[in-house]
Amino acid sequence: MTPFGEHPDRPGRDLFGEAGLAALDDAGLTPDDVDEVFYGNFVGTLSENQGHQGPIMSEAFGSTAPAKRIEGACASSGLAIREAVRVIRNGEADVIVAGGMERMTNMGTAGATAGLAVAADDLYEVRPGVTFPAAYALMARAYFETFGGDPTDLAHISVKNHENALVNDHAHLQTEISVADVVEAPTVADPLGLYDACPISDGASAVVLTTDAYAEANDLDAGVAITGSGQGGDRMALQDRESFAKTPATRDAAREAYADANVTPNDVDLAEVHDCFTIAEVLALEALDLYEDGEAIGAARRGETTRDGRLPVNLSGGLKAKGHPVGATGTAQIAAVAKLLAGTHPRADAIDSPTVGIAHNAGGTVASATVHVLEVVR
Amino acid sequence: MSDARDGAFSAFLDAIEAGEPFYLSCPEGHGAIPPQQLCHECHSRDLSRTPLPEAGNIETYTVVAVPAPRFSDDSPYVTAIADFGPVMLTGQLRAVYPDAVELGQTVQIAVGSAGDERFVAFERR
Repeated sequence: MTPFGEHPDRPGRDLFGEAGLAALDDAGLTPDDVDEVFYGNFVGTLSENQGHQGPIMSEAFGSTAPAKRIEGACASSGLAIREAVRVIRNGEADVIVAGGMERMTNMGTAGATAGLAVAADDLYEVRPGVTFPAAYALMARAYFETFGGDPTDLAHISVKNHENALVNDHAHLQTEISVADVVEAPTVADPLGLYDACPISDGASAVVLTTDAYAEANDLDAGVAITGSGQGGDRMALQDRESFAKTPATRDAAREAYADANVTPNDVDLAEVHDCFTIAEVLALEALDLYEDGEAIGAARRGETTRDGRLPVNLSGGLKAKGHPVGATGTAQIAAVAKLLAGTHPRADAIDSPTVGIAHNAGGTVASATVHVLEVVR
Repeated sequence: MSDARDGAFSAFLDAIEAGEPFYLSCPEGHGAIPPQQLCHECHSRDLSRTPLPEAGNIETYTVVAVPAPRFSDDSPYVTAIADFGPVMLTGQLRAVYPDAVELGQTVQIAVGSAGDERFVAFERR
């Protein structure tokens, strides 16, 4: 992956070319080995002034293999991974590059805010002024009302994820912050403040997926495998859901992925979850069945999900500190979990000999969600 | 207003402005907001206009300090989801100090506009 951060002067193809080549180099393969490309992207039609991005992004790392762009808001490259897994399992390809790219800082804050807002329902939510932070603020207040908790609980999540990113040189924000910094930060949409929100980031990520047979035949170093994949859906607008404090699309995706991998939530050693806002990490941990409903709000505060806790969450820094170049996030999570399990991530020393990790990617207010289980296989 | 491209949703807003707000109900009594082809609870395609209850209760809300660009002159503003019984609606709460908003507060439906777009708004009852 590229470093996540502000790259307003780098065209998307330049970013994705770098990520694709890095992934191929890491895998020990060449562009000619690639059978298909699945590329996740959200607002690129606007920010790049470019449609038909599949071929142009593949070309950027030297491939003219069949390519398609997949859009599912912030879950775009989680969906790309899932499609790649299905095609490979179906025996239709041996080598797939799955990835994503987003460039937003070239649109300015107002442009990026307007661009991100279209992940919500235009008629029902965007029209009356529900911004992306506002949508999660509606969920946060509903969560507090239903289960309890307060902004200080959320602040501990932000502090944790910033601390995790301090050694991650690909992270957008490598800044240590305090609970007081978070609680006293300017409000974005109450009860969420500036440090409850992930930054607006540019960047690209890519991973190479292949089969066990291909890896063995070509002597590839593929010690971590995706063993489970799941996807869930929900009504688009919050107003049409049974609860504003739960995300059933994640729960459906998780249960499918756990069953697919034949693991249980108790087997999970580490997780990268979609923390676009601090409350989103809470909603994710509960829907992933890692916590009972209403219990994850205090997990970071109690030190359970910190890097020395029993279940480290977002050791990469998460979206909060690693950054959130929307279409690139899902595959960046997969890469982080793979490296943490392989022992090559800068935060891999946080946990002894992990064997099972999960990656959770969500779109909008979680009308789309993907969950992937990764395991050490050799 | 020039939001004719939104068809059934524009008609929904027109009815609110005319003082005759409605929702779509199926024979089972489930509710929906236009545009809808079917009831999402029972999948009935027999939807008919039914008067919207006059009062809704705020289920959740947020005071938006960093506004959507077209509301940049209005910040901070309040968006809320209100329960009208058969349906929930998302809207912008007008003419209220943000500090005075509370969960459970009773509102009635209205129509707001920004530029050439109209949207669901709420007013305190």
